[in-house]
Amino acid sequence: MHFDAFDRYHEKESFLHRLDPRVKVLVTVIFIVSNALLPDGAWIAFLFAWLFVLAANLFSQLGIGYSLKRSIIALPFALIAITVLFSMPGKPLSTFHFLMWNLTITDAGLLRFVSILIRAWLSVQMAILLVAVTRFPDLIHALEHLRVPAILTTIIAFLYRYLFVLTDEVFRLLRARESRSAAVPGSRSGGGVLWRAKVAGNMAGQLFLRSYERSDRIYNAMIARGYAGHLYTLNPHEMKSGDYFTTAFAVAVIFILQILGRL
Amino acid sequence: MLYTPAPLHIPDGFLSILVSVVCWAITIIVIGFAISKTNKALGEKQIPLMGVMAAFIFAAQMINFPVAGGTSGHLLGGALAAIVLGPWAGMLVMTAVIAVQALLFQDGGLLVMGANILNMGLVTAAIGYGLYRSVAGQSKTVKLTVVGIAAWLSVMAGALLTSLQLWLSGTSQLEIVIPAMLGVHALIGLGEALITVFALAFIIQTRPDLIGEGSESAKASRNWVFAGGIVSLLVVLLSPLASADPDGLERVAKDLGFLSVGQDAPYQVIPDYTVPFLGETALSTILAGVVGILVVGVIIVLIARGMKAKS
Repeated sequence: MHFDAFDRYHEKESFLHRLDPRVKVLVTVIFIVSNALLPDGAWIAFLFAWLFVLAANLFSQLGIGYSLKRSIIALPFALIAITVLFSMPGKPLSTFHFLMWNLTITDAGLLRFVSILIRAWLSVQMAILLVAVTRFPDLIHALEHLRVPAILTTIIAFLYRYLFVLTDEVFRLLRARESRSAAVPGSRSGGGVLWRAKVAGNMAGQLFLRSYERSDRIYNAMIARGYAGHLYTLNPHEMKSGDYFTTAFAVAVIFILQILGRL
Repeated sequence: MLYTPAPLHIPDGFLSILVSVVCWAITIIVIGFAISKTNKALGEKQIPLMGVMAAFIFAAQMINFPVAGGTSGHLLGGALAAIVLGPWAGMLVMTAVIAVQALLFQDGGLLVMGANILNMGLVTAAIGYGLYRSVAGQSKTVKLTVVGIAAWLSVMAGALLTSLQLWLSGTSQLEIVIPAMLGVHALIGLGEALITVFALAFIIQTRPDLIGEGSESAKASRNWVFAGGIVSLLVVLLSPLASADPDGLERVAKDLGFLSVGQDAPYQVIPDYTVPFLGETALSTILAGVVGILVVGVIIVLIARGMKAKS
């Protein structure tokens, strides 16, 4: 497996790719907070927020529908919000029968449900775009600049660095289980659920030991190369005037969104 | 696929801004503690170790075993991380895992990340480690049994907290979300418990030196037992109560003013903020709550005393 197997970064020459990672993280977070602050049913503001996302897609050179294609990931969670359709007091819109309940959809409930979905959908698109135009190590570096404690960013950097190595390790374990699980066609191999859980547990324990021993070797190798407690980067981030201007512009647009939502 | 999203990760948009901010505040305070404790207790050696361990938890979540009807059990890892790495390091490791899941895979939101870390990283570690420490020095069977219970409870605690946050945000209805979430996670928790127990048994058998017993002072360990015990007790007491009588919980929250605060955005709360507990009925509810907390506290202290006397 290659080291960037998990990365969502798309190499392109674009305005968003060149932007300082701090700006991208900051604007993404402000945009998501702004979505959460918009009142229910602020359709015009939602529309403009969507246009903001579309514009960001355009500026990323990834194609206008890039974030849309991957935004389905947050949808299964919508199930959890479905109860507001029936529970908010309001004018009944339609009633239907489901299993043993008579469910009535109210207008207030529908308004709230759709608003929640739109907020989630807009927010996740911005987050998708963020990692598509920012290399993950740059993202971690930006978090460090934004005062996230160094111990956390270092752990995250290690997690990212060794994730693909340990994923390979997991695949080896899974392959080993597979190759020892021969079965007559039509019948299952192995014992009951408890036995299978024990096999999975032993695999997790084995993975732990291999990871632990690997971390020892990694540490020794790092000491040998002069590690003294913190990581250095050859890629110092510098805010240029264009970065400041973009931040100010994006914040102004989001501010106008908020006013539109309150009118 | 390499990575499959888990059901406890709340996406952005599903929690109100106030609930998100309060959860972030709690999470930041606890993580701050964890960082200062880890910095004090561990050398620079621990940082690569914790990083690789975070990758281990992430990768271990890919190990699954078929249960029935196409469903499979797999590991979330909060309790296991706290037991093998210690509570503070376990919390930091889980924080890193949840942060990467949100940043890289959009599994869980950014504004709600505080809530996700709290539900899946901090509470699970407190329960896992607290209950595990409470049986320090006991036989292996007792220990593994308690670890199983702790792993199951940690998943239930995460599910309960998630439900409460969704409800306070006005996203879900309490009488549906609590039984649904707790029902599903009672099963997910079984998978978690089985894998955690078998993994720990395997580690104890092959490398008993890795699971240190006396790394913490007696006082710190007692505090963990206390914290884990309280959270577990809350889950045990609150879950059946909330499932059986969600209206009761809703009424208490309404009387206390939680509901209006949670469901409105803060700019609406501040101008017409009224002190909610001046009403006579509300005052009595609060008194009842305080008495309840006192009773629970006394019971916990008595249990802790009894445990101390035994060990």
